Amino acid sequence: MTQENQRLGIVVSGSLGKGVEVRLDSSASVEDMVVGRFVTIEGQKRRFFGMITDVSLGVTDQKLSLTPPDVSDPFIAEVIAGTSTFGTLHVSPSLVISGDAATMLEGPQPVKTIPSHFSVVKLASQRDVELVFGTEDEKRFFIGTPLDMETKVCLNLEELVKRSNGVFGKSGTGKTFLTRLLLIGMLQKGTAVNLVFDMHSEYGWESRDERGRRVKALKQLFSSQVAVFTLDEESSRRRRVSTDFVVRIGYDEIEPEDIALLRQTLNLTELAVEAVYQLSGRFGKSWLQDTLNLKGTEELPEGLNIHEGTLQNLQRGLATIGRLPFLVSNAPDNAVKRILEYLDRGINVILEFGRYTDITAYILVANLLTRRIHARYREGMERAIGEATAPPRPLVITIEEAHRFLNPEVASQTIFGTIAREMRKYNVTLLVVDQRPSGIDSEVMSQMGTKITCLLDDERDVDSVLTGVPNKSELKSVLSKLESKQQALIFGHAVPVAVVVRTREYGSAQSYKDFIPKEAEKDIEKLWE
Amino acid sequence: MSESSDTTLSEQSTSAQKIGEVIEASTTGFVAQCYELYQIPPLGSLVKTKDQQFELYGIVYNAATTSLEPGRRPIARGKDETTEEDIYRSSPQLLKLLKSEFGALVVGHRQDKKLYHYLPPTPARIHGFVYQCPPDEVKEFSQSFDFLNIIINARLPVSTEELISACIRQMSQAYEDRHAFLVAAGKELAILLSGNLNQLKAILGGIRG
Repeated sequence: MTQENQRLGIVVSGSLGKGVEVRLDSSASVEDMVVGRFVTIEGQKRRFFGMITDVSLGVTDQKLSLTPPDVSDPFIAEVIAGTSTFGTLHVSPSLVISGDAATMLEGPQPVKTIPSHFSVVKLASQRDVELVFGTEDEKRFFIGTPLDMETKVCLNLEELVKRSNGVFGKSGTGKTFLTRLLLIGMLQKGTAVNLVFDMHSEYGWESRDERGRRVKALKQLFSSQVAVFTLDEESSRRRRVSTDFVVRIGYDEIEPEDIALLRQTLNLTELAVEAVYQLSGRFGKSWLQDTLNLKGTEELPEGLNIHEGTLQNLQRGLATIGRLPFLVSNAPDNAVKRILEYLDRGINVILEFGRYTDITAYILVANLLTRRIHARYREGMERAIGEATAPPRPLVITIEEAHRFLNPEVASQTIFGTIAREMRKYNVTLLVVDQRPSGIDSEVMSQMGTKITCLLDDERDVDSVLTGVPNKSELKSVLSKLESKQQALIFGHAVPVAVVVRTREYGSAQSYKDFIPKEAEKDIEKLWE
Repeated sequence: MSESSDTTLSEQSTSAQKIGEVIEASTTGFVAQCYELYQIPPLGSLVKTKDQQFELYGIVYNAATTSLEPGRRPIARGKDETTEEDIYRSSPQLLKLLKSEFGALVVGHRQDKKLYHYLPPTPARIHGFVYQCPPDEVKEFSQSFDFLNIIINARLPVSTEELISACIRQMSQAYEDRHAFLVAAGKELAILLSGNLNQLKAILGGIRG
């Protein structure tokens, strides 16, 4: 294994746009080099910090690859290693970490130049990495360690919540764990209040990981700061989750926009969606119930011209919604109001879907609630500007299966599309969790502040995640070589440079302990007894 | 240019074995006659000769034993002798009628105790004594491999590959860690001969353990 601060080689060519080529010394084995590792380059005046993005083999003479020498002889093998045959690294320098005035005053700066010829390249030391990623403090949250190092990579959560962010990765690569970590970070540092639409009921109360181990979740770790809302009381009770509120949605709360978003899922025609607007205009708040009660086009109020087939199509679709048990004709309490009350008090809300993992229910509820919450935030923010009062707390809304909300067809209509684009103006941002980023509108993708990606191997998914990233092709090779577990590439606003991390441990008693502030430890001591 | 650390030159040269005398000299090399017949330094070994200002270092690239008079060839004499030694014993004049000579390629020099791995300003002097360098001096000289380039570029009657591998084999004997020296030399050659793979292969084949 390579040692810290070991000399690797020298810079032999390169450009600012494409990164530099480093020829490996014969003492450094090409097999020890891994993409994603950090290196420092000692330029004449400045020290550069960068990441290995590619490793390749070179020969001085093409004949050598045509008639390979007898490397079974250790002497020959030793002689030609590093001389006639050598390894090269492709390094993309991303920061200047010392050498000029700005870095001395303000810390690492983005690169605007490249190191000169034959500058020495070394493995980055723990200190270098610390200098770049900072240490854990009230703003920064330790998310994982760089490859082959023990240093902590910290996310700047204050920067993170200012923009919408994404967690991507194939199924089973650890998206849920990463999201849990991010949520814990935000809770721990109090940078924002969260609303989680928890499709698979994984964030509120304990669930099992792939090895069948029980994993605790937010409510168990931060009981006073987290409220669990549920759509499915029974499921929550069976899992012995202590819920704070049972969400019921009245028919009268469903608006035409909610149906428009479900067009594809409910298999509605364009005309049917058009009819919804007409019907709601005529029937008012009770339009859903009234429409379901219609026996045929002859019962339509006068002046409404809806085709028989369209009405049937619409009724079939609405019946699907009507069958959802959490929809009631008269909701006993206003869920939106309750959620906002909790959020205003700084309590994070996790909405469990229980058995209703059907995408229709998820889209309907998430969209319905978010639209209203966003409207309230908007009012609050405008009032704050007008009356110079404190703006509402930053809110982060976590949605799963995000491509269903943010695909190019509906992104312009749904509230999530609006939030993703408007970003922080109204203090509401998204945390998008998805396994199919190529399904997400490219405009939304390009607006995301920080992206955290686990392994993705579909070409289109990789391309879409890397939209708008300057050194796309380099990160691409890093991304496709991630391990399928516990490794993620993080890039964007919350980190100074793109970084591959081995994610922090989650699931052991010690890991829980580390999340909790010292003084709160006693209250929950029994959790890990 | 390479410099070597300061060593006690005079002591070394006294311990060096005197083997012959320069009989022909040019900028790039010299020919020396051995004092004793057949007392020729091995191919590729490091020898030196002195002048008032410089010490010249050479690599033995060629050696020959011939008749003193060019027109007079030796004749076969051993028909009635049982061993070859008996021939010399029964005709002691032979030792005086034959001579051993060797040629050396100048690869560096020393001036004011400093080593330089390039050609000296003037050639060797005729009748300059030629010494075989002791191991310590060989070690000192081979700290830099710059001399290899001189050999590669020289036009010699022996093949360059043969000479270089002989030279490196010889020098490696001065080192306790022969292998490390051979690898270091091999690497230098791999760089120098990066455009000539066949030559490199031949040399490496000649120097491997």
